[in-house]
Amino acid sequence: MATPVFEKTKGLTDKQFHYCPGCTHGIIHRLVAEVLEELGVTGETIGVAPVGCSVLAYDYFNCDMHEAAHGRAPAVATGIKRVRPDNTVFTYQGDGDLAAIGTAEIVHVALRAEKITTIFVNNAIYGMTGGQMAPTTLIGQKATTSPYGRSEADTGKPLRVCEMLATIDGAVFVERVSVHDVPHIRKAKKAIKKAFEVQLRGEGFALVEVLSTCPTNWGITPVDSLAWLKDNMLPYFPLGNFRTPEEGK
Amino acid sequence: MSKVLMKGNEAIGAAAIKAGCKAFFGYPITPQNEIPEYMSREMAKSGGVFVQAESEVAAINMVYGAAGAGVRVMTSSSSPGIALKQEGITYIAGAELPCVIVDVSRGGPGLGSIQPSQGDYFIATRGGGNGDYRHIALAPASIQEAVDLVTEAFDIADYYRNPVFVLADGMIGQMMEPVEFRDMPSRELPEKTWATDGTKNSRKPNIINSLALDPAVLEEHNIKLDKKYQQMEKNEVRVEVFNMEEAEVVLTAYGTTARVAKNAIELLEAEGIKAGLIRPITLWPFPHQAFREIPGTAKAILTVEMSMGQMIDDVKIANEGRLPVHFYGRSGGMCPEPQAIVDKVKEILGGVK
Repeated sequence: MATPVFEKTKGLTDKQFHYCPGCTHGIIHRLVAEVLEELGVTGETIGVAPVGCSVLAYDYFNCDMHEAAHGRAPAVATGIKRVRPDNTVFTYQGDGDLAAIGTAEIVHVALRAEKITTIFVNNAIYGMTGGQMAPTTLIGQKATTSPYGRSEADTGKPLRVCEMLATIDGAVFVERVSVHDVPHIRKAKKAIKKAFEVQLRGEGFALVEVLSTCPTNWGITPVDSLAWLKDNMLPYFPLGNFRTPEEGK
Repeated sequence: MSKVLMKGNEAIGAAAIKAGCKAFFGYPITPQNEIPEYMSREMAKSGGVFVQAESEVAAINMVYGAAGAGVRVMTSSSSPGIALKQEGITYIAGAELPCVIVDVSRGGPGLGSIQPSQGDYFIATRGGGNGDYRHIALAPASIQEAVDLVTEAFDIADYYRNPVFVLADGMIGQMMEPVEFRDMPSRELPEKTWATDGTKNSRKPNIINSLALDPAVLEEHNIKLDKKYQQMEKNEVRVEVFNMEEAEVVLTAYGTTARVAKNAIELLEAEGIKAGLIRPITLWPFPHQAFREIPGTAKAILTVEMSMGQMIDDVKIANEGRLPVHFYGRSGGMCPEPQAIVDKVKEILGGVK
């Protein structure tokens, strides 16, 4: 009998993902779920799903879940963590959810140094609603509400969430990673693990921004999307660690 | 227990803690500030949690989180802040979570004023959130009643897994009266097996959610919710009927205004005019039956409100066209005077032959 060389993490349910072909949400879900399993906290974890493409994340993570209103996941997570301080609490949010309608909530969850972890998936567009311009859409990038390409004169420049949050003391771990190739996926997992370890040690708020693709709404193939992320997003959204708990000491 | 003199807002906070409230999330807004201030002082002493949120929107979403995690939770605000909370309230109702929301209401619309008003009747009974949802709306007319209703509100919320709304006008929040913290009738409540406290790898995940993309599933959910709301309408109506025997005119008013109406009834009595009062204690479900039982002696109904006329819509529905329905109201933070109500009653009776 053959011995299995690979098994799906128990941090995910058996529900089939609804994500489009080539979308990197699936990879990011798996990384989060593997980290929960490796840290042995799946049974103690309460996750909060956003509104956006990952709205159904509550069906995929094999832990207790809340589905939040658009942008409010950090507030919902605050309510959970304050009454269940011994549980591990995370939010999983996209760029429309976190960087537009939920800007106040993400800033203040960091300000209060809530002991939660946020996985912030940035694909520079509103995916679920059909490809509208996001606060993270690049200058010149076409979207259904920026059909001539995003104009800096009309809409300003894309919001760099990590750089903004890194100015807040309560955000003790802030890192931007990408999943456009295998070495970066491995680095992304390490950052996600650290972001949960920070919470387990009770050190404060931790956020990992994961640069992600949207082949469907970018209108290019999955393979081209990975290249587009590398060529266009990395120069504007530099990867790296912006804050670690050690730095604050 | 002996009576203590307390400000309404603080008494509401104390009642919540006595009822086992373990989390409070709020935001400053006049005239309810003494509630979050009291909770910031007292919650930790009883092993509870207090967070001053960045907005009313965040506060109600914290309530959503804590309620889903299975603890007794409350928020309070005043009219413009309650408007902001509507998003969270519909999610809480949709996800069937228990919580208590206190509105110490002030003048409107918009930023309005900070004085007492009953301009939030619509938002309390119809809600401002999207979709088919309902919640019980309790309207205390004294600080003692506020304490009693807030205490019971947590049981009602847990019993139905539904938000309970307490509408206390600014007068109830700001004045001081003697109150007694007494044991209220408690209900048999099921364990919160649906709450998110971690699966411990020994059960399926609990999911707190109001999304149902399949229309058939959502309709089924709406029908289930509606059955629950029908149970509330059947079981939870509260009303005070006062001085109704032989009444020529029936006043109807709630909250502080009902007390002014009672003063007017005394003045009318002295002039030989018999007036009764229907005081809804639950604004939703509305006490329709009390209006069916109005005696044949009554010639008209006078609705008195600290608004331009909101409850009068429900009065007209409950009256079912039997009697003429009149209105007297003050708004913007102005309170009805007993004599003005007396004058209005005489005007109505003068016109009724």
